[in-house]
Amino acid sequence: MTDLSPLRIALVGNPNCGKTALFNQLTGSRQKVANYAGVTVERKAGRLITPAGRRVQVLDLPGTYSLAATSPDEAVTRDVCRGVYKGEPAPDLIVSVVAATNLRLHLRFMLELRQLGRPMIVVLNMIDAISKQGLSIDLPRLQAELGVPVVSAVGVKRGGAQNILAALDAPPPPPPTPLPDGTDLHAEVRRLMGLCVARTSERQQAFEEKMDRWVLHPVWGMLILFVLLFIMFQAVFSWAQPFMDLLDNGMKSLGDLIGALLPEGALRSLVVDGIIAGAGTVIVFLPQILILFLWILALEESGYLPRAAFMLDKLMASAGLSGRSFIPLLSSFACAVPGIMSTRTIQNPRDRMVTILIAPLMTCSARLPVYALLIGAFVPARRLGGIFNVQGLVLFALYGAAILSALIVARVLKRHDTDEHPLLLELPNYRLPGLHSLAIELWQRARIFLSRVGTIIVTLSVLLWALSSFPAPPVGAVGPAIDYSLAGRIGHLMLPFFQPIGFNWQICVALIPGLAAREVAVSALATVYSVGASETDAASQLAPLLSAQWSLATAFSLLAWYVYAPQCFSTLAVIRRETGSWRLVWVTAAYLFGMAYAASFLAYHITRLIGG
Amino acid sequence: MRLNQLPLRTAGVIDHVEALSPTDAIAQRLGELGFVPGEPVKVIAFGPLGGDPMAVEIGFTRFALRQSEAQRIVLQAEVPVLPHAACPAHPHEHTLVDADVSPCASQPASLHQPSVAEPLV
Repeated sequence: MTDLSPLRIALVGNPNCGKTALFNQLTGSRQKVANYAGVTVERKAGRLITPAGRRVQVLDLPGTYSLAATSPDEAVTRDVCRGVYKGEPAPDLIVSVVAATNLRLHLRFMLELRQLGRPMIVVLNMIDAISKQGLSIDLPRLQAELGVPVVSAVGVKRGGAQNILAALDAPPPPPPTPLPDGTDLHAEVRRLMGLCVARTSERQQAFEEKMDRWVLHPVWGMLILFVLLFIMFQAVFSWAQPFMDLLDNGMKSLGDLIGALLPEGALRSLVVDGIIAGAGTVIVFLPQILILFLWILALEESGYLPRAAFMLDKLMASAGLSGRSFIPLLSSFACAVPGIMSTRTIQNPRDRMVTILIAPLMTCSARLPVYALLIGAFVPARRLGGIFNVQGLVLFALYGAAILSALIVARVLKRHDTDEHPLLLELPNYRLPGLHSLAIELWQRARIFLSRVGTIIVTLSVLLWALSSFPAPPVGAVGPAIDYSLAGRIGHLMLPFFQPIGFNWQICVALIPGLAAREVAVSALATVYSVGASETDAASQLAPLLSAQWSLATAFSLLAWYVYAPQCFSTLAVIRRETGSWRLVWVTAAYLFGMAYAASFLAYHITRLIGG
Repeated sequence: MRLNQLPLRTAGVIDHVEALSPTDAIAQRLGELGFVPGEPVKVIAFGPLGGDPMAVEIGFTRFALRQSEAQRIVLQAEVPVLPHAACPAHPHEHTLVDADVSPCASQPASLHQPSVAEPLV
């Protein structure tokens, strides 16, 4: 160890310069992902030790095209580079990452960075791809012209960052002398390229050309997109299911195992029904999240995701959003938690906020058990006109109502938004995603989910457990235990408020444990009605019971309620984690609650009027 | 002519970017992305719904632009006459040109041509 205080370097570059792969290559798993204070911009930092033993702290700044920032993440990059960011000292060394395949664009931003007059080195990344373009770059010449060290790198190849490590071991370079103010940087780029870049063979961009003819084609491109999305959601729904069942059973077995060790009583109930069951609701999401993120990361790294955004931009523009919002919203049909986590790919902060707000309206898979139970109990399995299954039609209508509501909400949220939001989306070259880099990114997502979201969900689950368990029913009490608990009392207190929308006290009580996860409402109803405890048993026994006891109006009212389902704590927890704002959590909860109440009210009274 | 009026798979040369206001951030960003006078651009695709957005190639970079963004980019009326030296580098593209027209003078704007100032991209 030659130096006690670590060297602080910042990776800066254009989007699609391969900076993330380089960062993963440099720091491996020694990364820490957090948020910059007060903004929803991700702060990625990592550590490394150079071959000579020098400790280096690496900051991966958000990609930007210029220091004239147009979004919060670009502003972070600008302020950190200038050394004016609060709580983030100016880096000792700026590492300007330039894709050798896109010099014309990236050298301009590098020159802008150079104008800051801070110590910097230039990394020509993806140097292996340059010969495919029929070009060669004179690195020593470029270094001499720029007056800063220039090294080459291949971010996606093992050992591809060695030159950077060597440069970090070298004595720190003196700060460059900025060009006179008002210099045309585009002209300077042309001059540099004229001096340092030589054409060795015919220009080659045939691959991108050929690919984009298909991928961006109005018909074939849509077909490709549709097939990819279809496989993706097959993967999220079906491939994840066995793992989810496995984890679910694993957690239940763990609960049984520990339950057998502990004496009967409150402690056992706390550990088994509170902590382990709570952790279980978190962990079962993990396979879905990992599979979805594997797809999204692979699509993003390969360069396809921006092209999907291109294809869908017009569609999403009708809701005031851009194509980037499509994948998070589609993911939310599986579960809003990974959907909201994937809104990170939306650069525009307002678009991202609106997408997060409407993501819970996409009917997630957890609502299906509730829909299945109520539709099975109340809607006749008839065929309409001999073709359409009435049950299927109701399910379709529920999905449709949710999507329509999302469109309306997005439009309302965007109504004051008269500013023109640019698309200006780069369609990067196609690349094969690096497995190592993918694995690191995936691990980061899993860790964020388990540690940040998980802790909130487990805490709330324990709280809900306490509410549903205490006080215990008096000796010799009849009826379900939950009825005597605080949750039961709260349920009864809620009744006057929910009576106008047709809910009975059993529904009110069941809504409380349903806060933890939407599908829990089914087993909670079973508990209240004192039938079998397991979910499958519950549904089969509950259906006849409910159809006998509830009016059709009540059933439709509860269905309408679940279109909005404002009571999912996991969703609220992930919104809190992703936005760092409790305000947005309250806004989401409040508007979903309002819409749920209104929709249920309408459903209840209209059904009664018609004669339900 | 403006960039959003350029037909599919044809090229043009940027004359200037028109700012809609003195503080038009989009026009400024277009400049930073390399949409500067003298740069050749080529339309590679139109979006599936109403041709919006459009995909444009500039140098080795491709961008998706909405119509309103592309409308800010004004193209030169005619491609300037190029020195013969620039032509042999792209022999395959000349097959598109009418045989009667000298391949290096007053070509139609249907070719991706390197500008004089920047022979590489």
